[in-house]
Amino acid sequence: MIESIKNFSSDFFVTGDPLIYGADVSIVLVMVAIIFVLTYFKKWKWLWSEWLTTVDHKKIGIMYLIASLLMLFRGGVDAILMRTQLAFPNMDFLPSDKYNEIFTTHGTIMILFMAMPLMFALFNMVVPLQIGARDVAYPFLNAVSFWTFFFGAMLFNLSFVIGGSPDAGWLSYAPLSETQFSEGPGQNYYIWGIQISGIGSLASGINFLVTILKMRAPGMKLMKMPMFSWSVLSSCIIIIFAFPILTVTLGLLFIDRYFGANFFTLAGGGNPMYYVNLIWMWGHPEVYLVVLPAFGVFSEVVATFSKKKIFGYKSMVFALLSISLLSFFTWVHHFFTMADYKVDAFFAITTMAIAIPTGVKVFNWMFTMFRGRIQMKPPMLWTIAFIPTFLVGGATGVMLAVAPADFQYHNSYFLIAHFHQVLIGGVVFGFFSGIYYWWPKIFGFSLNEKLGLWAFWLWNIGFYVTFMPQYALGFMGMPRRVSTYGWDMGWAPLNFISTIGAFLMGAGFIFQVWQIVYSIKHRNKEGAADPWDGRTLEWSIPSPPPEYNFAIIPKVSEQDDWWYKKQKGLTKVKEDYKPIHMPKNSGIPFIMGGFWFITGFGLTFEWTWMGIIGLIGVATSIVVRHLDNDTDYYIPVDEIERTEARIGGTR
Amino acid sequence: MTTEKHTEHHSSFQSYVTGFLFSIVLTIIPLVLVLNDMLENPLLLVIILLAACFQFVIQIYYFMHLRENKNRGYIVLALIVGIIIVVTVVGGSAWVMNF
Ligand code: HEM
Ligand SMILES: [Cu+2]
Repeated sequence: MIESIKNFSSDFFVTGDPLIYGADVSIVLVMVAIIFVLTYFKKWKWLWSEWLTTVDHKKIGIMYLIASLLMLFRGGVDAILMRTQLAFPNMDFLPSDKYNEIFTTHGTIMILFMAMPLMFALFNMVVPLQIGARDVAYPFLNAVSFWTFFFGAMLFNLSFVIGGSPDAGWLSYAPLSETQFSEGPGQNYYIWGIQISGIGSLASGINFLVTILKMRAPGMKLMKMPMFSWSVLSSCIIIIFAFPILTVTLGLLFIDRYFGANFFTLAGGGNPMYYVNLIWMWGHPEVYLVVLPAFGVFSEVVATFSKKKIFGYKSMVFALLSISLLSFFTWVHHFFTMADYKVDAFFAITTMAIAIPTGVKVFNWMFTMFRGRIQMKPPMLWTIAFIPTFLVGGATGVMLAVAPADFQYHNSYFLIAHFHQVLIGGVVFGFFSGIYYWWPKIFGFSLNEKLGLWAFWLWNIGFYVTFMPQYALGFMGMPRRVSTYGWDMGWAPLNFISTIGAFLMGAGFIFQVWQIVYSIKHRNKEGAADPWDGRTLEWSIPSPPPEYNFAIIPKVSEQDDWWYKKQKGLTKVKEDYKPIHMPKNSGIPFIMGGFWFITGFGLTFEWTWMGIIGLIGVATSIVVRHLDNDTDYYIPVDEIERTEARIGGTR
Repeated sequence: MTTEKHTEHHSSFQSYVTGFLFSIVLTIIPLVLVLNDMLENPLLLVIILLAACFQFVIQIYYFMHLRENKNRGYIVLALIVGIIIVVTVVGGSAWVMNF
């Protein structure tokens, strides 16, 4: 008996590695600390009723933001560990199996659990305010999205201490990800962590598409809608068509692993290449759907801080929509080496074609700045840093799109440098810019600029120091996903420089955390309602906005309507309040997320009974919600009056 | 108002059940054929593809409220984009994997 418990727990918990013990200890300590603080300050009820059950898009946005910053930390630690291992030849800091696990979790976490939720944080914090709506189209579903994402991400992260991490790369190519080569729970964690959070992503895509199409303030025609909302719309279109492909692909992989089917194994008539083909049909649209909202942020920021209308509005819209369609026609560029030359030629051309609308956007941003009164505020700094970074990233992308040449660059450090250039320079800088831009709106106080400047320079210098040498390393023949190399290769100096850059970026991140903590302590609430002299509707209401956002739904007549109203002195509105219809909070999304977690955990360890219990719980949550008729309420007029008087709304 | 909502609710429930039954049948047919090795390849492939096409139509028709008259424009647009993507995914894969 005791023996078998011992055996079980030594399989169940990951043991024998100081890193893991360190993680165990810190996880337990953090949990104890959280429980202690919540109990000591009697905050449990507050946590439950204000946050865990909320359906308010602004609070959901804040929870997405917190979760994604935590994931940025985890993914960043992974990156630093990898770079430390690669700093010198023949290092034995991480053994190769650990290195495999860490590059897998790094990539998966950065894309699916950092970039995606940071993007959804911005969707939630901004879109309804920007289009003059009181909430998203389906507030309850929005909470379901968040909690499925959250529990999916937690499930994935659990693999580090329980059962063992996945190690087949962030896209888990078959046959490596099949049972034959990846037995055990790691790969199952990957499948279920992503499947569960994928439910949330797809639901958010639908939710924001409907919100934008159906809930705009009266008078806001589509062609008067702010650019950021346009970019969200384009991104949602991609989500809706791309995520089902991912779900099916991982579903088939699961069937292979769980039921012994042969979709992606060479035995039994399957073919691993099907997997590669399918996963990139999602994978390429995925990278474009995370970068489009960043483009949206840049458009808002450039217009605001140049004090000009965005240049070429129509061409911007056209570029966004054509990118979202074209992104479905380029997936083969990720495996030119596998396909036929005619196929390669076709996909090389479609890939280069995407560079055209992207180029149009860059020119439009430049023309917007041209002869503008440019103010170098923090969001603008990140935007200006983005342009050259993204240009180089795009140019190297076009180099990679040249199919015959790609046979040389493929899976080398040249590729690593390329995608980090677009992901960090485009997506991360873009989302940072957006967070800096909308922070005062959501939290009601501004962030300290001096600390932000430190973070900005550390990130930027660090970025170039890390990734420029990697282009050269690629040319020198260094392949990706190697855990070590010898002195004779001549790669040592450039790798060492690259590692220094990684630490600089890490320092930049620390400055950002410091900046946030500092600004929370020394709250500067001055002018938070409209600190940048903004152009769009979100700046017309108090910061942070009341739960119903707009006491009176604005009537829109112009593009950049708030700017127009300010110029014409039309900012006063008649205080003619009506009761406001609002959704009620609900604990079901959180509970349902918990049941998904149980399902995923059970299927990860192939404990079918537990999977079934979890699924029953999920189904029950849906039925309970369906039978609930008490889902909404009205805020009476006198309460609106009181709130507006207190927060100084309706100026 | 309430009665109207009620009947709408009722008929959509019925249509979900019909759609569900149809989809089940269309899923079982290929499964049975393949598991029992009942047919040879060209014919088998054709039947599976046909079942898939019908499945698509049934899902759209019974679950997506296509018969409602509001939002015609959006529905048509979404269908066109959807079909383009489906054709790309299926046809593209066939082309890419054909070497
Ligand atoms: C401090 C910043 C970062 C550093 C130093 C860094 C470094 C690295 C390294 C060393 C690898 C593995 C190379 C190999 O295959 O051996 C890697 C892979 C990867 N990184 Fe990063 N990274 C950083 C930030 C990011 C961010 C912000 C994202 C996404 C938004 C990202 C996405 C990826 C992806 C998708 C992979 C591929 C993983 C795989 O091949 O399985 N990285 N990175
Ligand atoms: Cu791609």
